[in-house]
Amino acid sequence: MSPPLSQMTRARRRSAWVFLAPSLLVLLLVAGWPLARTIYFSFTDASLESIGDASYRLVGLENYVGPYGVFNFGTRAGFWHTDWGVAMRNTLRFAAVSVSLETLLGLVFALVLNADFKGRALVRTAVLVPWAIPTIVSAKMWAWMLHDQYGVINALLKGLGLIHANLAWTADPAYALWAVVLVDVWKTTPFMALLILAALQMLPRDCYEAARVDGIHPVRVFFKVTLPLIRPALMVAVIFRLLDALRVFDLIYVLTSNSEDTLSMSGYVRREMVDNNYVGLGSAASTVLFLVIGACTLLYLKISRTRLGGPESH
Amino acid sequence: MTPFRRHWLASLALYALVAVICLFCLFPFYFAVVTSFKSGSELFSSSLWPQSVSLKNYVSLFTLSEQPFLRHILNSLGVSCGVVALSLILGVTAAYALGRIEFRGRGLLLMTVLSVSMFPQVAVLSGLFELMQALHFYNHWWGLMLPYMIFTLPFTIWVLTTFVRELPKELEEAAIMDGCSPWGIVVKVFLPVMWPALVTTGLLAFIAAWNEFLFALTFVLDNSDRTVPVSISLISGADKYEVPWGKIMAASVLVTLPLIALVLVFQRKIVGGLTAGAVKG
Repeated sequence: MSPPLSQMTRARRRSAWVFLAPSLLVLLLVAGWPLARTIYFSFTDASLESIGDASYRLVGLENYVGPYGVFNFGTRAGFWHTDWGVAMRNTLRFAAVSVSLETLLGLVFALVLNADFKGRALVRTAVLVPWAIPTIVSAKMWAWMLHDQYGVINALLKGLGLIHANLAWTADPAYALWAVVLVDVWKTTPFMALLILAALQMLPRDCYEAARVDGIHPVRVFFKVTLPLIRPALMVAVIFRLLDALRVFDLIYVLTSNSEDTLSMSGYVRREMVDNNYVGLGSAASTVLFLVIGACTLLYLKISRTRLGGPESH
Repeated sequence: MTPFRRHWLASLALYALVAVICLFCLFPFYFAVVTSFKSGSELFSSSLWPQSVSLKNYVSLFTLSEQPFLRHILNSLGVSCGVVALSLILGVTAAYALGRIEFRGRGLLLMTVLSVSMFPQVAVLSGLFELMQALHFYNHWWGLMLPYMIFTLPFTIWVLTTFVRELPKELEEAAIMDGCSPWGIVVKVFLPVMWPALVTTGLLAFIAAWNEFLFALTFVLDNSDRTVPVSISLISGADKYEVPWGKIMAASVLVTLPLIALVLVFQRKIVGGLTAGAVKG
């Protein structure tokens, strides 16, 4: 390379950092610094007031393993019956069930949307509607539909003879978490379907031609050709959704008013921090949640690393 | 596309599935619209269409002074537009640097940006609470723009970077030969061709900011500075036991209609943006 060009390369590199500086500063300010402070608060007895005048003091691991800490194994009923234990259980159960259902339904949606039929473009738009509706709005809409006395769901089920008395979908501990799952599935299956659809549309057509000419049954083609080919995209979509499901908050806050039976990890954090004014304890809980989600993120990055390396490779 | 004819039973099954999918996706919103037009005792009849169309619920949203809904809409609009503008301005230059310039640590930076977008919001809640108070951003609608950057900026940078990276190499070569400065290249060469990606990311950032709830609920206490999601969650009736469902549905329909309009117009772009991050990677 001639000297002026390499000089130019150096100038470009320098400019890269200048271009990146504002974004990195903002991210440091809104993500890095608050995260560090939150972790620090988890070792203190901070409250909403003492944050302002810095009058909190360090309490070591009290918020984690102390008698009122998040990991309290000393209670008679056991850890899984403490509030944080229940919140962890609820969140994991919610995440596992809703993400599985969304993946299955999303796959069905995507296969249907990938088929040829009249009005396909219109249906694809219709599928985006639940995704576009704000979570708070969908929670309210479903709260009304699932209303114990006047809800349309109870009326419908009674009309069909499936139930005889109205059910309190969002209040009854037996159903509340499943009502949350239902609304989440309604809201995010479209997102899943679109991600899977995008993967389906990138599949080579000739593969299917060959399979069809050979007279191989479509179901077999699906399991032998389609599924293995879209698996990487499917994995990414599943982990995306999983990360989202693990931090669920607004849906539960509105649909079931953050009740004990549906309290999520994020809901617990917000309740301890804001409603009960135990900022230290809440911060400890949020740090645990951060670590759980961080582990999932690492998993995601590991899976998609090969494809993230894109720019370097070409 | 398919050169063979489907069996009529298969066609029937396909169209039945399509109908079920449409019903599943659209019915809840349809029912919210229907409910919003009902008033009085009709609300509790769970009929699937209104006997008479009443605009009472809509009118009451804008006439009650203790719940200034119009003000909340304007707050939301202001925050969302501000967030979109800020993330695009910051995102364009960052994406150019990450997508077109070779330098050490680029992969690591991209990873960091991506992992920030996966942050659980509550993980920064108490730290942000302190920051917002220290900066005097707390309890102001415009103050919400700052915490919203945590989810819009990483996403914007990520999608714009994947877009910029796909553009042909020749694009900037001529400009480099002409001795154009890096800033000049971004403004004169890249900005004009980046419009599609800017529209997509702008839309998605707008929708994300418009729908945000946790920060808006935690960092704004004054009624006059609330955004619409919080406003809807707080609509209440005369007493604790009388929930004004008609009014809640009217508000829900109003804040959702602009989003549905955006989806109808920009369907392709939105889908492209959503999948860009996850599938193309």
